Amino acid sequence: MRKNKRRLDAAMKNSLLFAALASILIVMLIGVFTFREALPAFRDIGLEKLLTESVWRPGEGQYGILAMIAGSGLVTAGAVILGVPLALGCAIFLSEIAHPNLRALVKPCVELLAGIPSVVYGLFGMVIIVPIVRGIDMPGNTGFGLFSASIVLAVMILPTITSVAEHAIRSVPKEFREGSLALGATKWETIQKVVIPGARSGIISAIVLGLGRALGETIAMIMVIGNSVIIPAASTGNPLSIFLSRARTLTGNIAVEINYATGLHESALFATGVILFVLIMIVNSSAKYLMSHGNTGKNR
Amino acid sequence: MTGKKVMKTINYSLFYGDFKALNSITMDIPVNRITAIIGPSGCGKSSLIRSFNRMNDLIGNMRTDGSILIDGKDVYSQDVVELRRKVGMVFQRPNPFPKSIFDNAAYGPRIHGIRDKSELAAIVEHSIRDAALWDEVKDDLGKSAFTLSGGQQQRLCIARALAVEPEVILMDEPASALDPVATLKIEELMEKLKSKYTIVVVTHNMQQAARVSDFTAFLLTDLERSGNLIEFGPTREMFTNPVDSRTEDYISGRFG
Repeated sequence: MRKNKRRLDAAMKNSLLFAALASILIVMLIGVFTFREALPAFRDIGLEKLLTESVWRPGEGQYGILAMIAGSGLVTAGAVILGVPLALGCAIFLSEIAHPNLRALVKPCVELLAGIPSVVYGLFGMVIIVPIVRGIDMPGNTGFGLFSASIVLAVMILPTITSVAEHAIRSVPKEFREGSLALGATKWETIQKVVIPGARSGIISAIVLGLGRALGETIAMIMVIGNSVIIPAASTGNPLSIFLSRARTLTGNIAVEINYATGLHESALFATGVILFVLIMIVNSSAKYLMSHGNTGKNR
Repeated sequence: MTGKKVMKTINYSLFYGDFKALNSITMDIPVNRITAIIGPSGCGKSSLIRSFNRMNDLIGNMRTDGSILIDGKDVYSQDVVELRRKVGMVFQRPNPFPKSIFDNAAYGPRIHGIRDKSELAAIVEHSIRDAALWDEVKDDLGKSAFTLSGGQQQRLCIARALAVEPEVILMDEPASALDPVATLKIEELMEKLKSKYTIVVVTHNMQQAARVSDFTAFLLTDLERSGNLIEFGPTREMFTNPVDSRTEDYISGRFG
């Protein structure tokens, strides 16, 4: 009887170990495979040319992805600028201000946003956001472009940032709040001067995680960003008009062209994937670093 | 000695929902004296002390009956921010903010609108001195408050409370998380502070109550688990010649 139990224990342990190893293996396989497919591009085109050339004309052997890097960078920046204040406001509201009943209502709604398939966000963007943006009177503005994409992306990263930041804010010890209130600080002063600084590292990693999510988003971006391979530029004297420019993201570049690409073209798309992979890895590990080296104040 | 009563409770009852935590407490808290609130766990000591600066407001579905007067004004009919400026509080576990020592002491004054650097520095020095911590931290004011020991942190929290110039200081078991040496320092500090402030201290440590306080309030729960004031009087009298037999049982260690 006891022997059986021990054997079951060992079997459980081994199968769980296998599951853990399998997931590591899969990640490594994806990494190795992507890199292997990208190797001809790195060899024949060169990393420097890939990263610095702005012209992408696979038919003529020109493989610069700078335009896509700019597209991804700008749309992510736009999403962060629009989405972060909204997400943090929502997180502070949920954790500090909302009555528990209201919180129980709002929080699942925010979490539901994370469950909506991104193609649905894309549809929403095409049908609602793009026509509205088209109404902005600027030369060359079609509605498809960085601005529409940033709005859609801002909503998409909202649940990630909100829930991580809310968790960080809630884990600020109650004693800090009491200490501040007992000194005659108002609730808002307490939030501003004690709670948010206390949750700073968690809030920063929430933003970085949102950034990673934004960089990786593909289908919704393809549907609203216009997909032109151009380095976005301001069409008028107003520097903000750069956001009305069409663009293409790194992810979009792969998804749009992979179906018909062959040879070096295909390899260059894989190289795009490797660069994206590295970017997102940097972003995510800095989020991890910030979270583990954060100062919630408890043991500094 | 003036006989002026800075704080009093009149038939004060406190409810959390249907539960009556405090039952009709009436007592006067003398000025510039240390008043200890003692009693077994769950007798409502903390609920009572947290009523004086309305920290109980943070708990939902809380309501009160009767009144608590400070300088003749009901605490529940005045601005809570102003009340808490007047009635400072030191908590059970030292809770300095994750900021520098200086910024901790300067927190209250800044909240209340003092911006001038030299004025802030003067307040910080003054209050840290009054909390008997200055000599230990004067060269490290920029360091995080978390570099201090528990006892030092608690004295910093006292300094932080002093910096807003309160009239009353509430201490909710201020030494229960500290070692005996740090405890002694806090007790000595309380003795020193009472010349300027009215102090109310909750303690579960009877020796501590006997050592530091001038007056003692003894609370005990009744059959409905509500806290009742059993006896209130000068500490020496209560500890040597208690009026109520339950007080005698408690302070002689027969229960609690």
